[in-house]
Amino acid sequence: MKNSVLKKFISIAAAVSAILALTACGSQGTESDSQKAETQKEELTAGADTVYRTLDEIKEDGTIRIGVFSDKNPFGYVDENGEYQGYDVYFANKIGEDLGVKVDFVSTEAANRIEYLQTGKVDIILANFTVTEERAEEVDFALPYMNVALGVVSPDDKVVESLDDWNSDDQIIVISGTTAETYLTENYPDIPLQKYDSYATAKNALENRNGVAWANDNTEVIAYALQNKGYTVGIPELGSKDTIAPAVSKGNETLLQWINDEIKALADEQFFHADYDATLVDTYGEEYKEELVVEGGVTE
Amino acid sequence: MPDLGLEVLLKGQNMERLLIGLLAALKISLVSVAVSLPLGILLGTLMTWKNPFIKAVLRVYLEIIRIMPQMVLLFLVFFGTTRAFGWDLSGESASVIVFSLWGTAEMSDLVRGALISIPLHQYESGEALGLSKVQIYRYIVVPQTLRRLIPLSINLITRMIKTTSLVLMIGVVEILKVAQQIIEANRTASPNAAFGIYLVVFLLYFFACWPISVAARYLEKRWR
Repeated sequence: MKNSVLKKFISIAAAVSAILALTACGSQGTESDSQKAETQKEELTAGADTVYRTLDEIKEDGTIRIGVFSDKNPFGYVDENGEYQGYDVYFANKIGEDLGVKVDFVSTEAANRIEYLQTGKVDIILANFTVTEERAEEVDFALPYMNVALGVVSPDDKVVESLDDWNSDDQIIVISGTTAETYLTENYPDIPLQKYDSYATAKNALENRNGVAWANDNTEVIAYALQNKGYTVGIPELGSKDTIAPAVSKGNETLLQWINDEIKALADEQFFHADYDATLVDTYGEEYKEELVVEGGVTE
Repeated sequence: MPDLGLEVLLKGQNMERLLIGLLAALKISLVSVAVSLPLGILLGTLMTWKNPFIKAVLRVYLEIIRIMPQMVLLFLVFFGTTRAFGWDLSGESASVIVFSLWGTAEMSDLVRGALISIPLHQYESGEALGLSKVQIYRYIVVPQTLRRLIPLSINLITRMIKTTSLVLMIGVVEILKVAQQIIEANRTASPNAAFGIYLVVFLLYFFACWPISVAARYLEKRWR
């Protein structure tokens, strides 16, 4: 078995290096880059600091650049064939289809999403972007297509269902820098928190019973409870409900309007329910569909 | 044997994607190295000259690049040039620019250091033997400088290859990003894959950098 693995490894390596030796350092890309640079320049001279491309310009170009996560399964990730997949990507492909343009996916990180829009290096961000007031000053959000809230998961034998009348000996596990930490510190200052730096350490802490419960984004805790036997999400929605929405560069009215119309129109075919069925149902199951999906941009 | 999740690499085109990611990293670093080495040698030589103006300019350049984290430089060149001049550089070009600027600065300082480490009496002895200035450099200074430069520049080159892991922040999908993508796509199916895949990434980096060390050792021996 080991031998065949090694053989496959070697043959793939040989094949790839052969292919790349043939095509290596080809000058593909440079042409389109300079073209892009030119169109960008024209826009800049047209308006003082408009860096975005309008709807017509995108249609004319034939390609829309959409920033998505490439490593956040199941929202935006790349499968084993190198294809972008996930809840956000499913919607991005629909946008491309209905706009009649090719979708060029750009791999973004949480930290550079705003920068990408402000410099017009992407047309839309569809990277699980939570709508907040601070962000809305920097970019324009369209109608939402998903809900997020905080959730609390705890072991089956002692399910935490409410944060009121808290026993001050019990601690809640949180990951530093998350909205869960901010929310609990502000609204439940009496509950002692146990802070961890990463998902993996927080997970270990819960499994070792260092705290009675773990608070995090509800999508995270729901997925955790479904994948690990013996844990229940006692509080599936805590605090204010936030939404996830597409974002465009500040002031890009034409594109924003088109996306809003698109989201409204897609409600007829229950598009985001279909999106959930195609991408999220394996992780979250049927029961959270109504809680997570926002159809037609309408939140309760 | 512990489960390293290596079977994940055999799914679809995962192994090929990882290798293509390695090539993306190597392309950026090696193009930058090819630019940095000659430019660094030139600037390093200029730095040993007595001209105070040239010296000051190069000093400022070196210090700025050395103090600024590479990540900040990448953001400055990738996003900053769009904001300031409206250039739409691709992630790859921005990376090559940053790595060349950085490599040139560091290389020039290495060259300067190697040059001034040649003691003054070597020059004077050359003059006493009646050698011309060109001959002194050709037969005495340059060979010794080159030999001193080899281990230092190998350090720099391997560092440049490894630092390409930062370019994922400006949207360039290189080996580390592909590794993260593979691990995350298989989070539920093979939760242990992280260890195995990072191990493979380590091996790939090793095999990319190792020939450079071997070549350096060969050169060092030959030029002794």
